[in-house]
Amino acid sequence: MNDGQADTTEQRLRALLLEGLDGAGPAYHAFLKEMTAHLRAYFRRRLRGLPDEVEDLLQETLLALHNQRHTYDVTQPLTAWVHAIARYKLIDLLRRRAHREQLHVPLDDHDTLFTSADLDAADARHDLALYLEQLPSRQRLPIIHMKLQGLSVSEAAALTGMSESAIKVGVHRGLKALAALFGAHS
Amino acid sequence: MKTDDLVTLLASGNVAVPRHALERRMIAGVVTGSLGSMVMLFALLGVNPELLAAVRMPMFWVKCLFAASLVLASLLMAARLSRPAAALGLAPAALASPLLAMGLLAMVSLLTAAPEQRASLLFGQTWTVCPLLIALLALPVFVGTLWSVAGLAPTHLRLAGAASGLLSGAIAALVYCLHCPELAAPFVAVWYVLGMAVPSVLGALLGPRLLRW
Repeated sequence: MNDGQADTTEQRLRALLLEGLDGAGPAYHAFLKEMTAHLRAYFRRRLRGLPDEVEDLLQETLLALHNQRHTYDVTQPLTAWVHAIARYKLIDLLRRRAHREQLHVPLDDHDTLFTSADLDAADARHDLALYLEQLPSRQRLPIIHMKLQGLSVSEAAALTGMSESAIKVGVHRGLKALAALFGAHS
Repeated sequence: MKTDDLVTLLASGNVAVPRHALERRMIAGVVTGSLGSMVMLFALLGVNPELLAAVRMPMFWVKCLFAASLVLASLLMAARLSRPAAALGLAPAALASPLLAMGLLAMVSLLTAAPEQRASLLFGQTWTVCPLLIALLALPVFVGTLWSVAGLAPTHLRLAGAASGLLSGAIAALVYCLHCPELAAPFVAVWYVLGMAVPSVLGALLGPRLLRW
């Protein structure tokens, strides 16, 4: 693919993310789904010696994109923001592994982030059900009801007896705690 | 777990983000910390009894302006460093300018003073406590600022920690102006800067540990 196509991808993904940040779930889903393929290709190229790490790192990065999505400055290019997060997560992984192995992984050239995609998912070793069990119920229940069963805030509040703001805070903090568990287990 | 399942999980429910979430979080931590620092000043140190006379001296306002410009520059720096891939732009220059200006003012003041006055311009009467008190007043702002930045997405953790520390030191210096009787530029250039350096160094040391995400 060439630069022109990367630009179109940037514009399309950016439009989807902006809709998502305004609350459009389907657009946000499409954004994450397409981003998954780009990031998988990006990490596969850089982790040739560690193919088993790719899917784990991808999931960590998706969770980071989601948890940190409020740091995207809508006036800035999306590519640079995503690349900085992907690079941060990659370096973090390599640091954690540094005492085990010496690696030489190329980190730069973010121009190529949107010019390749990889839809071939391997299984990640992360086990969401197991991690969810480790969360306190004030975080676990909101995630299960809202994120897994698709209930609304008020339905989840009625079902659990928690307040609506406690449900929202629980989802938010629970996803942060999951991100930490993802990091600790890879 | 399948990655597609994770994507579906993340995209379900309420995914909206309030506008200016980054700015709001920065302000929340910094303002709360600054209030804590003010309370510490009034409770532990008290206001300079000569303050009414001091505010008529231009140097009092130069000192305040020095601290305030460092507050703004380090706030800009910390906010930029909290956003992945954000360019620092003019923030480092904005940070360096007041430091250079105060250094220059201190030099001129020392060189033009009579030799026997130089020691008192540099040490004043409170040099032994000034850096310590600024570092102490910085503590609540330090906690508040690190809380703000830790909830954002810094990718250069040491630098982001240092900028957060400097921000807390600069706010503490501004608050300390209400207590501090010293008005000489050499005093400010050395002991105020030293006081602000303490939380900056601490931030740089703790950043990689406290700001990870």
